[in-house]
Amino acid sequence: MSCQELARDIVRRALEAGATDAECTISEGDEFSASVRMRELENLKEAGARGAGVRVMVGKRTGSAYTSDLTEAGLRQMVASAIELARITSEDPFAGLPEAEEFGSAGGDLRIFHDDVGELETGFKIEQAKAAESAALEFDPRITTSEGATFDSHIGGRWFANSRGFSGGYRTSSCSLSVIPVAKDGDAMERDYWFSAARSYARLERPEDIGREAARRTLRRLGARKVPTRKVPVVFEPRVARSLIDHLFEAVNGEAIYRKASFLTDKLAERIASGRLTMIDDGTMPGGFGTSPFDDEGVPSRRTVVIEGGVLASYLLNCYTARKLGLKTTGNASRGITGNASVGHGNLYAEPGSQAPEAIIASVRNGFYVTELMGFGVNIVTGDYSRGAVGLWIENGELAYPVHEVTISSTLGEMLRGVEAVGSDLEFRGSTAAPTILIGEMTVSGH
Amino acid sequence: MRVWESFFGQKFGITERDLERYLGEALSSGGDYADLYFEYLLTSSISMDESIIKGATQGVSVGVGVRVVAGERTGYAYSDDLSSERILKAARVASCIAGGPSKVESFGLEPVSIHDLYRVIPAPAEMDLAERAALVVRADRAARAYDSRVFQVQVSYADSLRYVMVASSDHAVSFDRQPMARMNVAVLAREAEGSPQRGYLGGGGRVSLDFFLKDRTPEYFAREAARQAIVQLDAVPAPAGETVVVLGPGWPGILLHEAVGHGLEADFNRKGVSAFSNRIGQQVASSLCTVVDDGAIANRRGSLNVDDEGVATHRTVLIENGVLRGYLQDKLSSRLLKMPVTGNGRRESYQHIPMPRMTNTFMLAGESDPGEIVRSVPKGVYCVNFGGGQVDITSGNFVFSASESYLIEDGQLTRPLRDATLIGNGPEALRYVSMVGNDLKLDEGIGVCGKEGQSVPVGVGIPTIKIDRMTVGGTA
Repeated sequence: MSCQELARDIVRRALEAGATDAECTISEGDEFSASVRMRELENLKEAGARGAGVRVMVGKRTGSAYTSDLTEAGLRQMVASAIELARITSEDPFAGLPEAEEFGSAGGDLRIFHDDVGELETGFKIEQAKAAESAALEFDPRITTSEGATFDSHIGGRWFANSRGFSGGYRTSSCSLSVIPVAKDGDAMERDYWFSAARSYARLERPEDIGREAARRTLRRLGARKVPTRKVPVVFEPRVARSLIDHLFEAVNGEAIYRKASFLTDKLAERIASGRLTMIDDGTMPGGFGTSPFDDEGVPSRRTVVIEGGVLASYLLNCYTARKLGLKTTGNASRGITGNASVGHGNLYAEPGSQAPEAIIASVRNGFYVTELMGFGVNIVTGDYSRGAVGLWIENGELAYPVHEVTISSTLGEMLRGVEAVGSDLEFRGSTAAPTILIGEMTVSGH
Repeated sequence: MRVWESFFGQKFGITERDLERYLGEALSSGGDYADLYFEYLLTSSISMDESIIKGATQGVSVGVGVRVVAGERTGYAYSDDLSSERILKAARVASCIAGGPSKVESFGLEPVSIHDLYRVIPAPAEMDLAERAALVVRADRAARAYDSRVFQVQVSYADSLRYVMVASSDHAVSFDRQPMARMNVAVLAREAEGSPQRGYLGGGGRVSLDFFLKDRTPEYFAREAARQAIVQLDAVPAPAGETVVVLGPGWPGILLHEAVGHGLEADFNRKGVSAFSNRIGQQVASSLCTVVDDGAIANRRGSLNVDDEGVATHRTVLIENGVLRGYLQDKLSSRLLKMPVTGNGRRESYQHIPMPRMTNTFMLAGESDPGEIVRSVPKGVYCVNFGGGQVDITSGNFVFSASESYLIEDGQLTRPLRDATLIGNGPEALRYVSMVGNDLKLDEGIGVCGKEGQSVPVGVGIPTIKIDRMTVGGTA
């Protein structure tokens, strides 16, 4: 039986066992990972696994179960368990599957599966990792050691079926190459990393380029100092600007909105950010890590403008949160193989502006260029923002010296309103992305 | 216990002869060492939101991981099917790392002697579901009853029961049955006109359901979460810059986890990439500080009878009176460093390669009265609760985020403070510890530690301590 047939079969079993509605997800994946350290192979991992999950509705009550045991006995137990669990949950008037007319699939060639990833030979992948690490080690004598380089690849498949007639699935491929060099100068030791990731091997950056970029990033941290506490403009380079998009996602997530657990609750159609900021969620971008034909409830993926010129234009919703808020789903349902759907994002990004990153840096007389952020000091309820930061100090429009052991703080609300420039340098290395972003003022805490 | 008597022997018919055959296949291309990690995991979770039990989930996951070590190299493969053909195939894939002549000897597997730290029968996972569901209902009621300003309550309860069998080519086989349970309560409160504030508490361990009925009731977690949210309604911006920091007892021990724990994991030190590399015997903290990692404490979340490589856990002294004493070892690092194993080889699941990880990491009690410690501070910050933390083990810089803290003025706690991140440098931060309280407390049992993509449950603990200098990332 194919995975797609199995998914439909599990839905049938659930209905026979007493469910009034049911949905099934089957996921399978093959992973490969080769890591090298100091030019020698260190770890080699290769394996695959799969699992099935079912969620049943018995009236307005819901129960879920999953199993990695896809034998007759395993499936029987899973279905029985989900039905039993539905008895201990409460009636929820908003629970339920999407309506039949909401199902569908985004058109076009989404390019999320490429044969070339599965065709790569083990030896070749090891050589790629070695080449990337060697490029870093040879870049400068101060690169004295390394935490290694890793080539990962993954081939996966997901299949869905539900009792309202939806049935569909898709396969994905991805590969990535990363390097973590370590630099030493006197007593100081620093590490940094760089990586490339793509759904097709053909789109991966060259190992030598990844290694050299990782080395450059590591070297520029040597000799870092703490700076005095003060309020200054802060520039987020793309690698860290991306985290702002992640926080904004949490803040526009329908689950946080209906619970009033976001600082953006009840702000729809209001100006929440500087007019320079536009944020888009696009689940249909070809080759993207956030691309899929439909969401995890079977609703077609789509493009949603979330923030348009500083105005909050849409939340991101699945069916449940849409019903709670009296809105329509935005096709953002996300789930593992079981349980109630949560809200996820497609390819979520800040639209690029016209300024080159160099010009943004040049526009700052005295400020902080952030290249790495640490910790979890972001409170989505209040918007309070306080995180550890590493980067370079900007003096008279130039990157002057490395800085570490400081924090940057403000609130997300003030940071959004304080966006003074958005760079032209947008590129995707995952399902969220942002170009260089300049925020007018934040508190930098040092000594 | 012999293999045939074990869970995997009884349920899947696995015999000692099978294990020897799989290990033989794993070493069929040579290699120094091989092991098999069998895992059978049952999980349950129940969640309540808006006073409605919106979801309940149960699941089963079964698999085996095969590892082959040759020098510094590791080959790894796994199977979610315990049939002989699939395990032998995984063993062959893992064996490719060695690339030499077969190294098959007669094995013979002797059961490892392990602790008995959590004989919880029945485990929460084996109790009636309605009894477990009743816990979340009680917590929801108690949180709402605490104060009329509480307007959102989310409660979750989750448990698991994991059966593990580890067989290794060093002639050892171990068996463990690992129960775990926890509750979380998250609360939002607000004044009529103001913006909401949150409060949160979770806890549990390798305990029976009785723990939630007697020791730490749903009401306890609920009231504490609600109290935090109400306190935060009056919070003012935290100061920015260097100040005196007093950490309260218990969960603030996350400081140790980030500041020293990760940096002392042997893999980083073997590779010379930790800020603590080659510093054993050096003074890295004030002489008031003694820090240990102890995986052998009864019923704790971070405890294990035997680690995920089949080594019994124990107490490892990391820092003694301020002097760096030892690292946390797994089998691979201990062999390469020629140091004894410490029972810290852990993995998230059968799909993961084990590595050195913490268990329960804490600072031993000192002599100061906690009240006296606060009174000794003219101006500073007192931190009681934290969110997560993170460390860059190479530079040693670490952060941890205070979610409940107070301003200290003239030895008195005055205003509650808004969330702020604290930042320091591992090998330096503990040098500024000038007072250590007599009130050592371990955390409630909620910690999850992430490393290289693998999450494992851990514990932390600390007495009240005073740190003379640390950077606080507020805005005031």
